Amino acid sequence: MLALSDYLVLSALLFSIGMAGIFLNRKNAIVLLMSVELILLAVNFNFIAFSSFLGDIHGQVFVFFILTVAAAESAIGLAILVVLFRNRGSINVGDLDTMKG
Amino acid sequence: MIEKVIFYVFAAILLLAATLVITARNPVHSALSLVLAFFTSSALWLLAEAEFLGIALVLVYVGAVMVLFLFVVMMLDINVSVLREGFARYLPLGALVGVVMVLQMLLVLGSAEVDLASLTATAADAGAAETNNIRMLGNVLYTVYVYPFELAAIVLLLAIIAAIMLTHRRRGGTKHQDISAQVRTRKEDRLRMVRMPTDRNNDS
Repeated sequence: MLALSDYLVLSALLFSIGMAGIFLNRKNAIVLLMSVELILLAVNFNFIAFSSFLGDIHGQVFVFFILTVAAAESAIGLAILVVLFRNRGSINVGDLDTMKG
Repeated sequence: MIEKVIFYVFAAILLLAATLVITARNPVHSALSLVLAFFTSSALWLLAEAEFLGIALVLVYVGAVMVLFLFVVMMLDINVSVLREGFARYLPLGALVGVVMVLQMLLVLGSAEVDLASLTATAADAGAAETNNIRMLGNVLYTVYVYPFELAAIVLLLAIIAAIMLTHRRRGGTKHQDISAQVRTRKEDRLRMVRMPTDRNNDS
């Protein structure tokens, strides 16, 4: 029989891989967006595991809303990326220095 | 027993795919590995008896979001070698942060204060009441969470409008028909009467 800790350990590993991805690919904006998707997936794993093991459906409702917001986020993020590429000719995050932030 | 075997096989595939996402040279390979990661997570969610979300993950993520990612990756002309520079330099730092975070989470999970076994015990009697996952989800989604549900619809609409407004551009130099200008036009705009002296010498 599966234990709750199996899911939680898997989720922790997935979250850390996503976090390491942000460190490794800090030039490539597309892979950065993909790493964010991995992190959101890890969080959803936690919600699903707790919802399943506690018999409480509200965790799954929350995952539903996270999926909605993540889909909207990636759509807008990719649109910004396309506009960025059209104006700059590259998607290098290092080139984003117009505002001198 | 078979449940455990399925879980570990799919978890191994998921972690492998996630590692490929962040290490692949080609962004197309990253996107395809992310598709594999979403598929295996969907299988794991089915194993955790979250059937609706498992299928929604395949439909929404693999069917819509990842296709969007692949379109953008293939549309843009990306110079991979420029984007890859600094990968080896940040590898130790990234690996260190990852390992530290895993250790922290495992310490929390493994501590005596967190009693996961007691949480698992309550699952059996709670799950026995109703087994239809979609019915349970619908019962709360359309009653308790009806306003958040409609807000989620607005968020999606906002995403559509924002994405279209950001990427849409009106290029100069294209020819298109302006029907109202055609209808509005009058004779004086188009027609010019010219009075010319007739040449008598030609026809004699």
